[in-house]
Amino acid sequence: MKIHKYDTVIVGAGGAGMRAAIESTKRSRTAVLTKLYPTRSHTGAAQGGMAAALANVEEDNWEWHTFDTVKGGDYLVDQDAAEILAKEAIDSVLDLEKMGLPFNRTPDGTIDQRRFGGHSRNHGEAPVRRSCYAADRTGHMILQTLYQNCVKEGVEFFNEFYVLDQLITEIDGVKHSAGVVAYELATGEIHVFQAKAVIYASGGTGKFFKVTSNAHTLTGDGQAAVYRRGLPLEDMEFFQFHPTGIWRMGILLTEGARGEGGILRNKDGERFMEKYAPVMKDLASRDVVSRSIYTEIREGRGCGPEGDHVYLDLTHLPPEQLDAKLPDITEFARTYLGIEPYTDPIPIQPTAHYAMGGIPTNVRGEVLSDNTTVVPGLYAAGEVACVSVHGANRLGTNSLLDINVFGKRAGIAAAEYSATVAAHVELPEDPASLVVAQIERLRSSTGSERVADIRRELQETMDANVMVFRTEQTIKTAVEKIAELRERYRHVSVQDKGKRFNTDLLEAVELGNLLDLAEVMAVSALARKESRGGHYREDYPNRDDVNFMRHTMAYREVGDDGTESIRLDYKPVVQTRYQPMERKY
Amino acid sequence: MATPTLDKADGAGAPEAGFADSPYITATFRIRRFNSEVSAEAVWEDFQLEIDPKERVLDALHKIKWDQDGTLTFRRSCAHGICGSDAMRINGKNRLACKTLIKDLSPEKPITVEPIKGLTVLKDLVVDMEPFFQAYRDVMPFLITKDTNEPTRERLQTAEDRERFDDTTKCILCAACTSSCPVFWNDGQYFGPAAIVNAHRFIFDSRDEAGEQRLEILNDKDGVWRCRTTFNCTDACPRGIEVTKAIQEVKRALITRRF
Ligand SMILES: Cc1cc2nc3c(=O)[nH]c(=O)nc-3n(C[C@H](O)[C@H](O)[C@H](O)COP(=O)(O)OP(=O)(O)OC[C@H]3O[C@@H](n4cnc5c(N)ncnc54)[C@H](O)[C@@H]3O)c2cc1C
Ligand code: SF4
Ligand code: FES
Repeated sequence: MKIHKYDTVIVGAGGAGMRAAIESTKRSRTAVLTKLYPTRSHTGAAQGGMAAALANVEEDNWEWHTFDTVKGGDYLVDQDAAEILAKEAIDSVLDLEKMGLPFNRTPDGTIDQRRFGGHSRNHGEAPVRRSCYAADRTGHMILQTLYQNCVKEGVEFFNEFYVLDQLITEIDGVKHSAGVVAYELATGEIHVFQAKAVIYASGGTGKFFKVTSNAHTLTGDGQAAVYRRGLPLEDMEFFQFHPTGIWRMGILLTEGARGEGGILRNKDGERFMEKYAPVMKDLASRDVVSRSIYTEIREGRGCGPEGDHVYLDLTHLPPEQLDAKLPDITEFARTYLGIEPYTDPIPIQPTAHYAMGGIPTNVRGEVLSDNTTVVPGLYAAGEVACVSVHGANRLGTNSLLDINVFGKRAGIAAAEYSATVAAHVELPEDPASLVVAQIERLRSSTGSERVADIRRELQETMDANVMVFRTEQTIKTAVEKIAELRERYRHVSVQDKGKRFNTDLLEAVELGNLLDLAEVMAVSALARKESRGGHYREDYPNRDDVNFMRHTMAYREVGDDGTESIRLDYKPVVQTRYQPMERKY
Repeated sequence: MATPTLDKADGAGAPEAGFADSPYITATFRIRRFNSEVSAEAVWEDFQLEIDPKERVLDALHKIKWDQDGTLTFRRSCAHGICGSDAMRINGKNRLACKTLIKDLSPEKPITVEPIKGLTVLKDLVVDMEPFFQAYRDVMPFLITKDTNEPTRERLQTAEDRERFDDTTKCILCAACTSSCPVFWNDGQYFGPAAIVNAHRFIFDSRDEAGEQRLEILNDKDGVWRCRTTFNCTDACPRGIEVTKAIQEVKRALITRRF
């Protein structure tokens, strides 16, 4: 075991982690621990764009953007945070441009902007062009640009280091962050990083679903690490299902495709979104479009022999426009489906896409241990966090924005904190013990359960029971199944017993995280007896502001006899200027 | 052992084709294995599996790892050709496992999978990427401007100027190009195509003001002049970047000092 000492440690090198690192490296001795090489992070998969009311191509302002964000989130958004997001959007896009990001340009040479779902002029009047983009590889360009600037700033990376535990030391009854424990993939060695400040930027958790746009590596490690140490997770029942994933594969086809004029059609060729969202049509909010697609499928208007998908039709768009604006996604259709999007519609279905919930933070990125108390030295930003700027449903292009705005804020806040506190918090006794025990158990287990089986069953039950449509019955089925799988997981064993590059072992660890988080999601969803944003209960189809205009806070409790359970609590929503209204698009 | 058959593999084009009937074939994957904890030698090992030929090589590797041999080791993340994790030599050509469909590999014969060449193998298909990233860092892959006052708004750039370096912004640093280059195999000191592609991305960006410095770096004995224009890199690039053309443009810029 090795012990390292830094001022600031950042967990994750996606957009949020690297944006934080650029700030924090200038101000404090910083280490970035990342399980992937930075440029492999899933921010690179983002396609469509990043929202900011630059008003480069038409009238726009940050207040309209704030409103759209609040409405898009079905009023579960903390409005003070949404206002910061929308206001600081403008500088965060300009920051990226100055760092070198090659945005597409207008004829005047300014940053070009395009339409995106849920973004409107003047509080819902009509779609507005607010998304700044670089073809359909905006996330790729953000990730590359941030990495380039990390190289420039000399950011210190520990690549292929898996953070598996959060160290907490209580001082006068208050939980303080003391550092993290990491596993080095190349050697199997365990490292303890003592740090004055830790920032989680470890991304989402989509891999508990089967059909998902998320990478294999998005297994919620950060959320699971803090949750296991008794810290809460907020709004985990809210998960976004993006309307247009490639049928059966889940690979995302950006909403930018509809922003460019793409149309959803059922088997009769009907543009069905006109029925569900007369004004915004195909560009209504994602939860609305995903439900509409499944309604078409359920009512027998789906395409294909099994009627299990619909079409994304781009055939009416000029090939030059597709080549210039959507080169990557049209290539996905060619590579993975053998379809030519110039002439044939693309089969799509909703795909599990984005975790609105996560580690609760305030607007400085400080992690909360209950509704109000900050954990000194602990920060989170990006998809792993819940500020909450996305509420019950994130608007497209608001996440690339979130990682930049709150990545930067967390980076500055953490580094300033490390500079002000004189000494490191003492490490708990035997700091690596939990990880050592976990690794040893998995490596030496002779149990008969296999990781791949449990993961497959988990993903199938999540897709079947807690996806776009949920009921008490389906969620209970999921809760029971997850409990069974968690029990079986205790008997899981791995084939690779080695030390070097043991990805077999790490997949087992990741599965443990997915199981913990799936349970939190299902239990939180069961208790929310209403429909709001991404959480749709067929048995409670309406939003219920009287009882449920509040954030869910889920805590892990361990009884004296070692039994684990989840305790749910609630946190008020911050409302400033917008009163909840019915959401229509 | 069943003889692999390719039923209905040619259904591409019509969306529904193929999925309705059982599309499975039996294919053999011949994989180059190396694990220093087990043996100092690398060996070939065959795995047989039932698989839909419209699936990716990455899917096949997962099936082997998950159902047959958990020790099989490779890197991957996004599974759709965007993160650059899984460049490997498949049937003798560098490709991304997640962007290569089995049906395109003549699966009636064993499909060979080995690590990319010219970088030290650490385990199975995993190689040491550090020298590759070092070459990238050496070309100063970041925008350098001399303006003393930061502009308040964005810098202006015409759509044409933006288009000038569009191709080289697509790079995902997968190393398929560099590790397909015979010059790089023979002499690991050569910067390699990927580093040059990333230098190109800045040299031809109208906002950048350090083109001269980067050109000097690439004028070095291990720089662009080592390229013998074999086009292996262009063939290998999963992003369709015209790598050789980019190298040629850098060479030309070195001669004319115009970019
Ligand atoms: C296909 C796709 C398209 C999208 N398109 C858009 C879009 O157009 N606009 C938009 O706004 N949003 C989009 N999103 C959402 C957005 O891209 C993501 O929410 C955002 O990029 C997440 O960034 P992040 O930095 O939080 O996490 P990531 O980029 O996922 O990075 C996570 C990092 O954490 C590290 N990590 C994870 N676990 C550990 C561990 N245990 N130890 C150490 N390190 C760890 C990883 O190595 C990685 O570096 C899209 C998402 C997807 C999947
Ligand atoms: S130029 Fe192409 S092949 Fe080379 S590293 Fe970049 S993406 Fe990979
Ligand atoms: S897994 Fe990301 S490129 Fe293949």
